[in-house]
Amino acid sequence: MSGGRIVFEDVSKFYGDVLGVNRVNLSIPPGITALVGPNGSGKTTLMNLITGLVRPTRGRISVLGISPDDPERLFKVVGYCTQFDSFPRGKTGYEFLYSSLRLHGKSHAEARELTMTALELTGMTDAAGRRVAAYSKGMRQRIKLAHAICHQPSVLVLDEPLNGLDPMARAEAIALFRSLAAEGLHVIISSHILHEVDCISDQVVLLNSGYVVAEGQIQAVRSEMNQEHPLQIMVRCSRPGALASRVFTLDHVVEVRMHADGRGLLASTRNPDLFYQALNQAVLEGLIDIESVAPADDDVHSVYQYLIGNEGEAL
Amino acid sequence: MKTSLPWKLWARQVMAILRIELAKNFKRKRAIPVYVLAFLPFLLWQTHSLVHIRGWRTCSGSEDLMVYAGVFQVFVLRLAIFFSAVAIFMNLFRGKIVEKTLHYYFLAPVRREVLVVGKYLSGVAMMVIVFGAGTALSYLTAVNHLKLTASRAVVPAAMADLPVYVGVTALACLGYGAVFLVTGLLFRNPIVPAVAILSWESIIVFLPAVLKKFSVIFYLESLCPVKVPFHGPGLLFTITAEPTPAYLSVPGLILLTLALLALAALRIRKMEISYGTE
Ligand SMILES: Nc1ncnc2c1ncn2[C@@H]1O[C@H](COP(=O)(O)OP(=O)(O)O)[C@@H](O)[C@H]1O
Ligand SMILES: [Mg+2]
Repeated sequence: MSGGRIVFEDVSKFYGDVLGVNRVNLSIPPGITALVGPNGSGKTTLMNLITGLVRPTRGRISVLGISPDDPERLFKVVGYCTQFDSFPRGKTGYEFLYSSLRLHGKSHAEARELTMTALELTGMTDAAGRRVAAYSKGMRQRIKLAHAICHQPSVLVLDEPLNGLDPMARAEAIALFRSLAAEGLHVIISSHILHEVDCISDQVVLLNSGYVVAEGQIQAVRSEMNQEHPLQIMVRCSRPGALASRVFTLDHVVEVRMHADGRGLLASTRNPDLFYQALNQAVLEGLIDIESVAPADDDVHSVYQYLIGNEGEAL
Repeated sequence: MKTSLPWKLWARQVMAILRIELAKNFKRKRAIPVYVLAFLPFLLWQTHSLVHIRGWRTCSGSEDLMVYAGVFQVFVLRLAIFFSAVAIFMNLFRGKIVEKTLHYYFLAPVRREVLVVGKYLSGVAMMVIVFGAGTALSYLTAVNHLKLTASRAVVPAAMADLPVYVGVTALACLGYGAVFLVTGLLFRNPIVPAVAILSWESIIVFLPAVLKKFSVIFYLESLCPVKVPFHGPGLLFTITAEPTPAYLSVPGLILLTLALLALAALRIRKMEISYGTE
């Protein structure tokens, strides 16, 4: 099964007039893929499209060659951990997994064994006899994860799976995703916090307002964002002229514009990290006094900034 | 090349759905009025024979059978099974949406058509068990009571009608079940369509034979073993279709049921999960 891809061909989804995602083209290989974007950017919509819970308004989707319209085939290979925090009433963790596996057409013995394995992998064996209704948020998250992996799928779709997990459980979940990916699975994880998933992802898809704004390996995405969309940084400081002539010599700085009131400037840079370093240097040397520093509110960049973080910013 | 359909898998999946749903159907709160409605005729006939045994009132046995037929057609078929089907079937899918758990079914490798069949059968099984028992008990009580009256001789003939009554009861559950499964998928509020369908089923006696075929009660009434003459001014306008023989009524009702199930399957195939906006 591995080697297949999850393919979006020009996919759009509208909820009535509301845009879910627009003109998405993706081809996702095996390994861990992170869908990252702020709330409302379309992560859940993409996942629901992969699993046929919603249908595309336009375009085509194929999951390892299977159409999401064909649940009988699709869910033999796909497991989905949704963002819904609801469960069939009155069931224990064990019953929840077991009855789902019976629905898959598994025999009693098979269902039993697969249930035990999934409980083991998610650390839920001890709580299996208790009712899901009495679980903590973290346990509910883990039993949902167990539900998604219990039939041993080759594509795992996980909507914000780290939400509600304590650091310990988080580390265990991440280790589980890694080992599943190492077995050749597609593991698709969504998050609104990039640094939560960037170090474990083989590739990332950045989403904003329903559009894929960047995709690829994390390093490539970072530099692509910088090349295609220089970041505008607004600096309010004393002696902006001195700062301007300092930063203008840096080759990642594309443009510098002085503020009319003579108390600040606007700089465009392809490498914010280095820009912030230069700024710090200028402060340390006593060249300028800084009042405030902020990325200008460019739409794509505010997302980028929000997602990729401000690790260069020392102020 | 011959690809055979995976009937065995489908059967296993339907069984799994039944295992999940059937017990729940019996246990849920909205089943309580269903039990009351199903066993009310039984209580009625128990009371009737008690009154007789105590000698407070005597009655003629053959009249009893006519009254039984009347109660069965008006109360059991038109009201008790009708409204129980509203309660049970309209919520088969709607309830899951309210509970936000329908996606668990949609995320299993189960065709949506199989899901419809499984859910439908879980409702049918519950209704047939409850109303089958209710009808059998009330009829046995009524017939048993005949033994105490002068019309002892009609008992064997009356007993022969027992399976017919139970059979008609089962068909009523089948038919109304399908009607309200579909209605529940098309409408959010069950009251208005339920009242509309009740009216339709009631005025159907005044309508031409072609239209009658689109009601459940038409098939059921022609199958009832004892015909009840309706009195009153309405009778003047009644268009009596030729009583349809059983070999047409039963397949007719089953055909109507299958058509409704197909409609439900189409609807479920297109259904998207969006609990937020429901
Ligand atoms: N069922 C729905 N009906 C209407 N709009 C929806 C529905 N689901 C999502 N949306 C809208 O689609 C956009 C993307 O939402 P979503 O995919 O849930 O984003 P995310 O998971 O990234 O937070 C949002 O603007 C949201 O309001
Ligand atoms: Mg979401």
